[in-house]
Amino acid sequence: MIALDEDRIMLRDTAREFLTDKSPVSELRRLRDSRNEDGFSRELWGGMKDMGWTGILIDEDHGGSDFGHVGMALVCEEMGRTLAASPFLSTAVMAATAIGRGGSGEQKKKWLPAIAEAKAIIALAVDEGRKHAPEKTALKAELAGNAFTLNGEKTFVIDGHVADAIIVAARTAGEPGDKNGISLFLVDAKAPGISVERVITVDSRNSARIKFDNVNAVEALGETGKSFNLLENALNAGRAGVAAELLGIAGESFDRTVAYLKERKQFGKLIGSFQALQHRAAHLFGEIELLRSLVLAACVTLDKSPDAAGTAVSAAKYKACEVGRLAVSEAVQMFGGMGMTDEIDIGFFMKRARSTQELLGDAYFHADRFALSQKY
Amino acid sequence: MPLETFRRETREWLAQNCPPEMRKPSRGEPDICWGGRNWEFQSEDQKIWLERMAARGWTVPMWPKEYGGGGLSREEEKILREEMRAISARSPLESFGIWMLGPALLQFGSEAQKLEHLPKIARGEIRWCQGYSEPGAGSDLASLQTKAEDKGDHFLVNGQKIWTSYADKADWIFCLVRTDPAAPKHKGISFVLFDMATPGVTTKPILLISGKSPFCETFFDNVKVPKANLVGTLNDGWTIAKYLLTHERASIGGGLAIAGMRSLPAEAIKAIGRDESGRLADPFVREEVIRAEIDGRALLATIERYKAEAKAGQGVGAKSAILKYAGTELNKRRYEAFMTIGGSDALEWESERSEEGTLAREWLRTKANSIEGGTSEIMLGIVAKRILDLPEA
Repeated sequence: MIALDEDRIMLRDTAREFLTDKSPVSELRRLRDSRNEDGFSRELWGGMKDMGWTGILIDEDHGGSDFGHVGMALVCEEMGRTLAASPFLSTAVMAATAIGRGGSGEQKKKWLPAIAEAKAIIALAVDEGRKHAPEKTALKAELAGNAFTLNGEKTFVIDGHVADAIIVAARTAGEPGDKNGISLFLVDAKAPGISVERVITVDSRNSARIKFDNVNAVEALGETGKSFNLLENALNAGRAGVAAELLGIAGESFDRTVAYLKERKQFGKLIGSFQALQHRAAHLFGEIELLRSLVLAACVTLDKSPDAAGTAVSAAKYKACEVGRLAVSEAVQMFGGMGMTDEIDIGFFMKRARSTQELLGDAYFHADRFALSQKY
Repeated sequence: MPLETFRRETREWLAQNCPPEMRKPSRGEPDICWGGRNWEFQSEDQKIWLERMAARGWTVPMWPKEYGGGGLSREEEKILREEMRAISARSPLESFGIWMLGPALLQFGSEAQKLEHLPKIARGEIRWCQGYSEPGAGSDLASLQTKAEDKGDHFLVNGQKIWTSYADKADWIFCLVRTDPAAPKHKGISFVLFDMATPGVTTKPILLISGKSPFCETFFDNVKVPKANLVGTLNDGWTIAKYLLTHERASIGGGLAIAGMRSLPAEAIKAIGRDESGRLADPFVREEVIRAEIDGRALLATIERYKAEAKAGQGVGAKSAILKYAGTELNKRRYEAFMTIGGSDALEWESERSEEGTLAREWLRTKANSIEGGTSEIMLGIVAKRILDLPEA
């Protein structure tokens, strides 16, 4: 286990400064109220490029800054604190991992610098039903001549509506439920046969339902039929990122709640002087500390041995879901009636916590995966 | 010495010197070596193991060599622990001297006190107990009333302590006493050491719900304590008390998270079995087990993180209260799960099969975890006040 070194502390502090300045919660509110077509600010995305974040998991040979997963998580945490909307998770975390670890030399040369330069947004299309279940992938990829044709439907594709390319998990062999027979394809989002429906979610963010109707001659990413591990690499990086975002959401909701406890008076006293609330706040503080350690442990493992990180990542995402839920619930309760109003930002945190709990596997998914990895 | 060399030499030394009996899984309490004047070793191997480890200073690996320690760095100590775990070596010695008095003396003791007491702790020759709580001073510890009057060359101590762990077996006590009754409660307390064999000291074990008596009432009736046995400054004992409490809380929380305990998944699999998908067959128990296992990991990772942060000069301070709170509450949950898994078997109290109700007694013992060393509510209060800076009630 590590303490953050100076470089990482600086990364965190500059991230906090940048996001507080360029993308406070009011920015998400503005995107929502103006019905912004992209659902994020391209200018902000450009700023993230200038900060080196778009290439955070990309090696220097391909134009990245290569800060590693610990750095990635620090940025995600700060994004959780201000609810900053951007394609960071889809593109800079998951697509960069999938291509960086599984791409051919040519694919890396084409896409990694484009990601680092913020010239390409790439979505990862995995889920097909209400719940995250990668091994249940059913979308068909059939060999027609010497190339594959895709047929099927994906849902909850983060940034699918703005993507330039889509990495699609598809089945080339076996049955839904088999880990063998899953392949990844890298598809141009404008290819004939692809139809994208933008879905605005409860958190004022976006995902897409995407139909693949005889999408021809798609390019494989990684080894055909044997890409489940590659997919897991990308998903695990994403899951750690989401866990870190939930840590930020929990931390910020908590800080705002504690500040409110020190200013709101009832019965002639600050409500923060009531032991009933003090103990709940203190308990929550402890839970957030525990979560922070699991997120850090998962990212240290991802940096060291990404193929063996599943257990640590699932522990972190599980705890993130639990603590995130507790933090925003306590926040709304302690803010009382004000917490129910749209005027106060707390509701935004509750909504984002809900969708990040679901994203890339909820607490039950990760509890199950954690236990199976420990053989029970 | 390069760490890899240290690891290799440690491994070789352990292989040659750890006796076979000491590599069998510890059953916990009955297998612990506490040491002390009246200690009866449970086996010859236990005695040899203590002597060999103490000779290297490895009963207290990180204490300075001049005080009987091993003088190891944090990294070396970690390697020693890992290598011991690798051969399932038992801890050669446990004691309040190692956990509590030693760190306090290293911090606050005079050179003479360090030289007199620390080597005896390291060699397991003197067993210590802690005189903190009183019948009227539990959570409000600073209101303690046991008084020590200045009689020139000695203090005259009168009063009563309670929950003194193993007072009936201990050789010496480190004790909080009131030396200035007129001062505000935190300002009139001193920290003194004395021999339990001193005339006027009596102990009486307290029977607990577990059927065991690890704690005593301890009575002081005109006990003469030499002035040289005052640790730190007169009337400033609360500083040491707080330091020790912080230390104790971290080690209670942490100690509970350390390996060598019952494994929840292993016991659950043994009792319940797996279904055809490889999952523990009872989904409700499975979820309990998972929650406890993940929280256990979180606690260990947090202990490690705080250590790393403290080493990097990033303050940890009152956060040890979280470790105590989280660790003890988790341990209670784990034992509720063990009892559920054990079902009616776990209720057995006086059978050979159950080793005289070991599990049930351990379960009951865990209920004290969140009371001793500062209750969970006190811990939450510390977090609220010192970390969150919430207003006074």
